[in-house]
Parts: sequence; C-alpha cells; structure tokens
Amino acid sequence: MELEKRLLDGDKRACARLISMVENNNKEAISLIKKLYKHTGNAHVIGITGPPGGGKSTLTDKLVKSLRDEGKKVGIIAVDPTSPFTGGSILGDRIRMNDLSLDPGVFIRSMGTRGHLGGLSKATQGAVKILDIYGCDYIFIETVGVGQSEVDIVRTADTVLMIMVPGLGDDIQAIKAGTMEIGDVFAVNKSDLFGASKTAREIKTMLEMNHNMDRIPPVMQVTALKNEGIKELLNEIKGHMEYLKENDRLNKRRESNARAEIINLIEEEILSLILRKNESVGVLDDISQKVALRNMDPYTAKDEILRAIDL
Amino acid sequence: MDRPIRVIVAKPGLDGHDRGAKVIARALRDAGMEVIYTGLRQTPEQIVAAAIQEDADVIAMSILSGAHNHLFPKVVNLMKDQGADDVLILGGGVIPEDDIPGLKEAGVEEIFTPGSATQTIVDFIKNNLKRD
Ligand SMILES: Nc1nc2c(ncn2[C@@H]2O[C@H](COP(=O)(O)OP(=O)(O)OP(=O)(O)O)[C@@H](O)[C@H]2O)c(=O)[nH]1
Ligand SMILES: [Mg+2]
Repeated sequence: MELEKRLLDGDKRACARLISMVENNNKEAISLIKKLYKHTGNAHVIGITGPPGGGKSTLTDKLVKSLRDEGKKVGIIAVDPTSPFTGGSILGDRIRMNDLSLDPGVFIRSMGTRGHLGGLSKATQGAVKILDIYGCDYIFIETVGVGQSEVDIVRTADTVLMIMVPGLGDDIQAIKAGTMEIGDVFAVNKSDLFGASKTAREIKTMLEMNHNMDRIPPVMQVTALKNEGIKELLNEIKGHMEYLKENDRLNKRRESNARAEIINLIEEEILSLILRKNESVGVLDDISQKVALRNMDPYTAKDEILRAIDL
Repeated sequence: MDRPIRVIVAKPGLDGHDRGAKVIARALRDAGMEVIYTGLRQTPEQIVAAAIQEDADVIAMSILSGAHNHLFPKVVNLMKDQGADDVLILGGGVIPEDDIPGLKEAGVEEIFTPGSATQTIVDFIKNNLKRD
C-alpha cells in the first residue's frame, strides 16, 4: 500500500490520485478508507453555499488564508455542475483561489457533479474522508450553488455557511424555506455594495421568526474582495463548532449525517445492481417499451425488475 | 475509458486575453471532458500545482505574448521534477512555425496554432493520453 503511506505522509500527488480513485469507485481507494476511517472525524467540515456568483469561491479563498495564518492545514473541494448532455463540465472555482495553489498547507480539488443531483457529487463525501486522512484541520466544500439543491451539503458538513448578497430585498421573502433552515452561519457578502445592511437586517428578522431554533444563526457582513469582516466570520464558524461540541450535538449531527450517507450508499448499490443485471439482458428496454405502449403498467414493471435481481 | 478526461486549461504569461483559451475550454467540455479553468496570468509553478492537485490527464496552455519558448518547457520540467510524467502537455496560441520543433523536443507533445480546428485538439487528446 504505497499510496496509503504517501497519503499519511502528506504527499499531494497521492492525495490527488486517491480522490480520483474514489470518484471512479475504485476498490483500492474504498478499502483504504475502510481501513483508516477510524482516524477520520478530526477535520471541521464547512459547507459553503449561496447564489451563483455570490462570492463563494472568493470568500473561501479569504477564510482559508486567515486559517493559514494560524498554521492550519486546509482542504477545499469546489463542486460545479456537469452537463447532463455531454458529461463534460467547466470547473472554474480555482480562478479565485490561485494564490493558494502553491501553499503547501492547502489542497484544492475541483469536482463535477457527474449526474448527481443533490448539489454535490456522489464522491464528495469520499473526497472529504481522503482529505481528513491527509491531515486537514479544516475542509471547505463549495456547492454548485443554492437553488440547484442544498440537500447534500447539510448532510455532509458540520457547519453550513450560507452566503447572501445585497439587493435580495423583497426577494428574501421568496427564498425557499429550506434555504434559510440549513444555514448555521450567514454572511452577507459584497457589503461594499448598496443595501448590505438592509439585507442583513432582513435575514436576521426572518431567522428570528423561526421559533424552532434553539440557536439563532449569526448574520455577518463581509466584503470578500477587500478582505473585510473575514476574521469575525471565521470566529462565528469556529463558534458554531464550539456550540456543536456542547451537549453531544456534534455526535448527533454526525449520526444523522452518517445515516443519510449509509442509505445513499445502499440506494446507489441497489440501483447499479438492477441496472447492470437488466441492461445485460435488455430487460429494461423491453419493459420500458411495453409501458410506453400501455401493454404493462409501471408498477408491474418495477415488480418484474426487482424480481429479476432476486430482491 | 469510463471516466471523464480531466484537463487543466491555463494561460501562462502576461497577456490579458483568454478568449482562445475559453473557446478551447468549451470545446473540450462539449466533448465530455472535465475542464479545470485556471484563468489568466498563471505562473508555471501555479499551473503545475493545479495539475497535481486536480490529478489532471492533460495540461493545455495558450500563450499570445511570445513567451512560449520559456514558459512551456518550464511547465514540462516542473512536472518532471514532481515525478508526474503521465500527463499530456499541449501548447497553443501564436507560435511561429520555427519554434515548434524546439518546443516538441522540450517535451510539449503537440502545438496547436490559431487555425487548428477544435475537433483536431479533442481527437489528439483522446488518442494520446498517457494513462487510462
Ligand atoms: N463588489 C464585490 N464583488 C465581489 C465580492 N466578492 C466577490 N466578488 C465578485 O463576485 C464575482 C463572483 O465571485 P465568485 O467568488 O466567483 O463567486 P461564486 O459564488 O464562487 O461563483 P460561482 O462558483 O460561479 O457560483 C467575482 O467577480 C468576484 O470578484 C465582494 O466582496 N464585493
Ligand atoms: Mg465559485
């Protein structure tokens, strides 16, 4: 296991190769995670989401620089959508983080969603584990952006940082319920632009109206481009981890995340089993045709397919 | 190969135009590749660091400023220093005919000049990868 040793020694090429292997569902990488899983869980995993162009990458760059001043080792996973038509993608988040490329204590990886719909890629959680084993103290995950879907990030991160921008104004009322509920810390970025404090006030009001929360998330104003408000924001992110560590909250959050991850893995496995079996005998094609021609109903089709794999 | 090809598209040097690089990036994406676009004014060190962390199969660089004879071989050598010899390195941009043999000798696998059809580049990549 040469890769394992190199990963534990902090070798970036080994880390990069292993993340690719996880993305490609490689057995060797999975068994490495199995073996070393008990050593993970030390990293503070921070999910960053918000509207496209809101400054997620720029802000990540600044937060990470601040953590580097403290000597922390940091991993960044930046996810962008894959085209469902061509399977290709342009991953452009690195543009905002180029200064960090050469920092020995930072590892940046771009990922395409590759057909996964929850806002991250199927392999993001695996990549987080590799970076954890690699020794990162903090791992940032930039999602494809709010609105596309934010299910995955809540289930993957310890802390969700929700980025907003000024000028949302009345639109804040229209923001889907889910969006406001998943943020553990809010940041109004681009506070150099008009309307930032109004937006921050409106977000605060909305959060206070939510009576279910035993903790009202802080709303911070930042200007990532000018590196303003970054230390304060970072303190709130760390503060959230302190909060989680009280009263067993962190374990509970990670337990519910683990449950979701396990169910996900099972779903994937079952689906790929079904598709593999049926594709090879062309059953799925036949059945779909029958359903289209009204010769069979979809419920019976489902029963037939499940019977084919002996479930 | 049942995984997407990963390509770093980079603009080393000081020139401020990346239209050509963006056209290439889009063509490679449309051919089903994962393109990591790193933006303008990259140093060879930054390009290599990105290629390593992204576990890229290909580095595609474009230069208009005339610094190709220095910058392209620099990237090739830095990759060698990292022990990463399984990455296909390509150059493009405004490159005089006379410079091409020297660049190839230095380890740039192929040079594409502004007239090259994007399909030619796509095909070249697909046929010349150094790992599977
Ligand atoms: N005025 C202003 N512009 C900013 C600020 N932070 C980022 N920007 C600009 O906003 C644009 C988008 O920034 P990114 O960091 O790429 O935003 P993003 O949310 O990562 O974008 P996607 O990943 O494409 O969704 C860039 O042009 C940034 O320069 C800020 O504090 N103030
Ligand atoms: Mg971004």
